[in-house]
Amino acid sequence: MSGKVAHDWRLKGQRYRLEGEECPHCRVKIFPPRDICPECHKPAKEPYRLSGRGEVYTYSTVNNAPGGFEEYTPYTVALVKLEEGPMITAQLTDVTPENVKIGMPVEMVTRKLRAQGDEGTIIYGYKFRPVLQA
Amino acid sequence: MDSQQVMHPQRPVGIIGYGSYVPMYRLPSTEVARVWHGGGKGPIREKAVAGLDEDTATISIEAARNALARAEIDPAEIRAVWVGSESHPYAVKPTSTIVAEAIGTTPYHLAADLEFACKAGTEALQAAIGLVGSGMAEYALAIGADTAQGRPGDALEYTASSGGTAFIVGPADEALATLSGSLSYVTDTPDFWRRAYQHYPSHGGRFTGEPAYFHHIQAAAEGILAGLQARPEDFAYAIFHQPNVKFPQRVARRLGFTQEQLEPGLLSNVIGNTYAGAAITGFSATLDVAQPGERILVVSFGSGAGSDAFVWEVTEALAERRSKAPLVSDYIRRRVEIDYALYARYRHKLLVK
Repeated sequence: MSGKVAHDWRLKGQRYRLEGEECPHCRVKIFPPRDICPECHKPAKEPYRLSGRGEVYTYSTVNNAPGGFEEYTPYTVALVKLEEGPMITAQLTDVTPENVKIGMPVEMVTRKLRAQGDEGTIIYGYKFRPVLQA
Repeated sequence: MDSQQVMHPQRPVGIIGYGSYVPMYRLPSTEVARVWHGGGKGPIREKAVAGLDEDTATISIEAARNALARAEIDPAEIRAVWVGSESHPYAVKPTSTIVAEAIGTTPYHLAADLEFACKAGTEALQAAIGLVGSGMAEYALAIGADTAQGRPGDALEYTASSGGTAFIVGPADEALATLSGSLSYVTDTPDFWRRAYQHYPSHGGRFTGEPAYFHHIQAAAEGILAGLQARPEDFAYAIFHQPNVKFPQRVARRLGFTQEQLEPGLLSNVIGNTYAGAAITGFSATLDVAQPGERILVVSFGSGAGSDAFVWEVTEALAERRSKAPLVSDYIRRRVEIDYALYARYRHKLLVK
């Protein structure tokens, strides 16, 4: 379990703050951070915090969840097209599967992703919800 | 009452950003009454219930992000992140570090979790006022949030709810509401408690009323009014801790405040008792409607027991900045009613392994 703690800890910037990168050469926004620009293939290490606004590109409802996510079923996993460009895979929250639509505007929230059993750490990270109606 | 009991920071301070969060699920009181008493009604209409992926950390993060949106400052300038709650996700490991990391304040800041039943959030606020007011810091973040648990079948199950509010305290010249003074009144009064390793709290039944809630709130409110030479009619609004609807109404009446002064900040009928978030979410909803020059009295109550009282004056900056984040009423309107069975699932009251 201790190895898992270090793994999750390394990901906190992207999970908590949606911190990706911006390519200094072609300005493309990168998420998750990978240090090499997927467009121009040059080094790209400048941190860039994404807005968290986007829309549902496509989605699928999970009824048989992988280990650690069983208590949340049924839930929806979506490809979310962020307004800065990157496509991101994430759970949707605060919405029932039948109310999810392609093109639906969503926003990032930080929620509990799972816990490492009763004694391990609690993992927090990004999910997306339908944009709050003001 | 000696006016020295009212506290004033060395330099004027105020709230430069505020924000709240209330989960979208609602459990009507009639559901609790149906399951445990064969029907009837409870002390409130309904309470807010956190979803499966929500806890005090996630509630605090959204409230803090809303406060930050209104403050319009760089989160790295915040020198303290304090989270008051009786439902911190970990027994040991701060909630505040999670919040600070999520909003981008890490790493140059103080961080700690506070616990004082329902007044942990206002305790954090007092501390933030002290830190900024002394000149040690320019900005400090104080949060009160809870996912309160009521023992199934207990009277508290009608009201124990989830939600929270965050304040960024800063210099008065940047404030949406400036602080006129604050006061704390604390005694050792065991009206409500939860022992280590226990899931649900216990309480002293009727003992939670007169010697606890009413005594501390009245003493704190009377103290700050006397110290600032203010009268109830000098205030546009007053917010008192709200474990239900009738307690704040009764204490307001005793102190000479009217129903109209309570109105915008009395939320317990529609969201329940958010514990450390209760009085301050009422304050947040009041800031959502307040006008420049209006004075607001806020008095929290935490079992164990004590009250923090604050007097605020709204500035010209409020009207423009409040639109930069969702109002409390936006969250209240986002409402999905659930029954007791779903509530039992969401609040982990079912034994599944």
